[in-house]
Amino acid sequence: MAALQTLARRCSTSMLKRHFSVSSPVAAQMTVRDALNTAINEEMKRDESVFLLGEEVAEYDGAYKVSRGLWRKYGDRRVMDTPITEMGFAGIAVGAAMAGLKPICEFMTFNFSMQAIDQVVNSAAKTFYMSAGKQTVPIVFRGPNGAAAGVAAQHSQCFAAWYGHCPGLKVVSPYSSEDAKGLLKSAIRDPNPVVCLENELMYGTAFEMSEEAMSEDFLVPIGKAKIEREGTHCTLVSHSKSVGLCLEAAQILEKENIFCEVINLRTIRPMDEETLINSVKKTNHLVTVEGGWPQFGVGAEIVAKIMESDAFDYLDAPVYRVTGADVPMPYAATLERASLPGPQDVVTVVKKSLHIQ
Amino acid sequence: MLSCAARLVRAQIQSKPTACWVVAARGYADVVEETTFTTNEYALHKLDEGPSQSVTVTRDDALKYYRQMQTIRRMETAAGNLYKSKVIRGFCHLYSGQEACAVGMEAALTPDDHVITAYRAHGWTYTRGVPPVNILAELTGRKTGCAKGKGGSMHMYGNNFYGGNGIVGAQVPLGAGIALALKYNGSNNVCVALYGDGAANQGQVFETYNMAKLWDLPCIFVCENNGYGMGTAVERASASTDYYTRGDYVPGLRADGMDVLAVREATRFAAEWCRSGKGPVILEVATYRYSGHSMSDPGTSYRPREEIQEMRKTRDPITGLRERMISANLATAEELKQIDLDVRAEIDKAVEQAKTDPELPVEEMYTDIFVDEPPFKVRGTNPFMYGMSK
Repeated sequence: MAALQTLARRCSTSMLKRHFSVSSPVAAQMTVRDALNTAINEEMKRDESVFLLGEEVAEYDGAYKVSRGLWRKYGDRRVMDTPITEMGFAGIAVGAAMAGLKPICEFMTFNFSMQAIDQVVNSAAKTFYMSAGKQTVPIVFRGPNGAAAGVAAQHSQCFAAWYGHCPGLKVVSPYSSEDAKGLLKSAIRDPNPVVCLENELMYGTAFEMSEEAMSEDFLVPIGKAKIEREGTHCTLVSHSKSVGLCLEAAQILEKENIFCEVINLRTIRPMDEETLINSVKKTNHLVTVEGGWPQFGVGAEIVAKIMESDAFDYLDAPVYRVTGADVPMPYAATLERASLPGPQDVVTVVKKSLHIQ
Repeated sequence: MLSCAARLVRAQIQSKPTACWVVAARGYADVVEETTFTTNEYALHKLDEGPSQSVTVTRDDALKYYRQMQTIRRMETAAGNLYKSKVIRGFCHLYSGQEACAVGMEAALTPDDHVITAYRAHGWTYTRGVPPVNILAELTGRKTGCAKGKGGSMHMYGNNFYGGNGIVGAQVPLGAGIALALKYNGSNNVCVALYGDGAANQGQVFETYNMAKLWDLPCIFVCENNGYGMGTAVERASASTDYYTRGDYVPGLRADGMDVLAVREATRFAAEWCRSGKGPVILEVATYRYSGHSMSDPGTSYRPREEIQEMRKTRDPITGLRERMISANLATAEELKQIDLDVRAEIDKAVEQAKTDPELPVEEMYTDIFVDEPPFKVRGTNPFMYGMSK
């Protein structure tokens, strides 16, 4: 409730500010957190069978306040605090989905989803196939994924590659508020199991939201990438927080007259190969950027896809990957910083790709 | 050396259930319409009273239970033979010996109640309404199988029946989730979530007990204790083999799983408990499997052959019901014999079809990945091979 009031205040303020300036379709600024909150709220309002469960989602308002106000609005039946038993409550969520409800199962972070991963993969993802189309599992698993700040190795892993590996699962990874709202709404309406990988460090970041994005029926299609910035010299492809990193690098490179095309995957699985291929055909250079580990990662998959596609003949350099370092995440600030890619990594690699010093 | 469960079942041999005639005979066949029997005792945990040991069964119901159990027995035997002749591959876990559990429980449930079990699921798939021919065809991987051959032995689904689950214990939280959906929708129905003595030690089972009790979910947790978790006898796997007590704060009861009427009565009691909003309950049924864990297991390296033979001779659920029915004049031996022949004919015919029906064409490998999805390309085994998922 409070979040919605804040939003309303922000809406009216920014609308007043922008009224006399440009005829832009921008309606408001919204944080990723509020965008997710709005998405869940709108979908719970729209469909009685949608409910939220997870640790601290109700009375605590969410460990990261994503579900703020929802329990007060919808009550115990639809917003459920669970004990700290991931395997159990994820299984319960999947069972509820099999019986026709539409659960949103929150993992406080995706690191804890490892305890429940059997339910996600074996009980949720594979069931429609094993039953030859008889048994659907309309569930959403969501929560923060990847590195946070100073939380060390066990709390910093990126699961995009692990979940992206599995047929039967859809995996989305929003970057902006618009991504977050639109993708989560699509995920909730999707009758298939969807994993929504959010990012804790993005929750507090505000983005402009178009009027269209502010509507209750705004959806971002699953399986379609977005070109955040057009360019001609090199394609940068990324997902989640790293998209911001790419945009930063693109701005740095622009000063040296190198124009990068930045693609926000938005969906890990099914991945939008077509957009990537078309971009590579245009720029002839590709660099993938992610926070996760290099081996068997999202970048590795993109490289393989490009190698096997007709975009290969358009490459003027190998596809390079910028990733997290191949180490468990260290705690000390200097080491942590060194273990995650920064704009300089992207700049260096783009120049390598372009054979520029 | 007998396993714990075998000893338990055997102990009940001494007090074999008795029959007592109640209703007058009718007709020239001298057959009665209804009879009351006495079952063995039920063990209770945190329950002030349990099911009645005095169970009444009508002739029609008894004939139905007999036929159902015999169908499962013949179907499983056929499956075993098909496996030995390599027409069925992979895993095949037979239910022979445990028929009274599925049939007895089903007798106390309605088709609107929900059931989920583990991989020893063929008997349940049948009682939940899937014809034997579609079960056998699924085992032989044909397109007339209930999952078109895509699931196999451990992944058969039906109406309000959620399989058939391959991962030990995973079905238990799923079952509680189904119960949650029932409660969420204000339904009066229950979910029965079955697991074995081996799965009973799984952490997720205890996680589920906790949430089911916290939220008063209408879930009957059924432990089909057949004395062995694969090759490990219960007392070698469980510090406590009183599975009906393992839910601690969840009330429980144990019934004789070789007696279809005891199972029915116990299930009726458990279902009533759940339907009245009292939350979950655990029902342990002491049963026995004649075959090994699966078709890869002869089932004799960890238990004596004499034990298996003794069970067959003295505690067989089908023989037990037959003897009761005949001695109580619920049916004649000839009637039951005719049922045997009918069932055999039905299963033989189903086997023929399961052997000769075609498999799905390879294009179908790429389908049923997502529901309600516009057709999309699915990668095959090399970069130049694709199918369409529709």
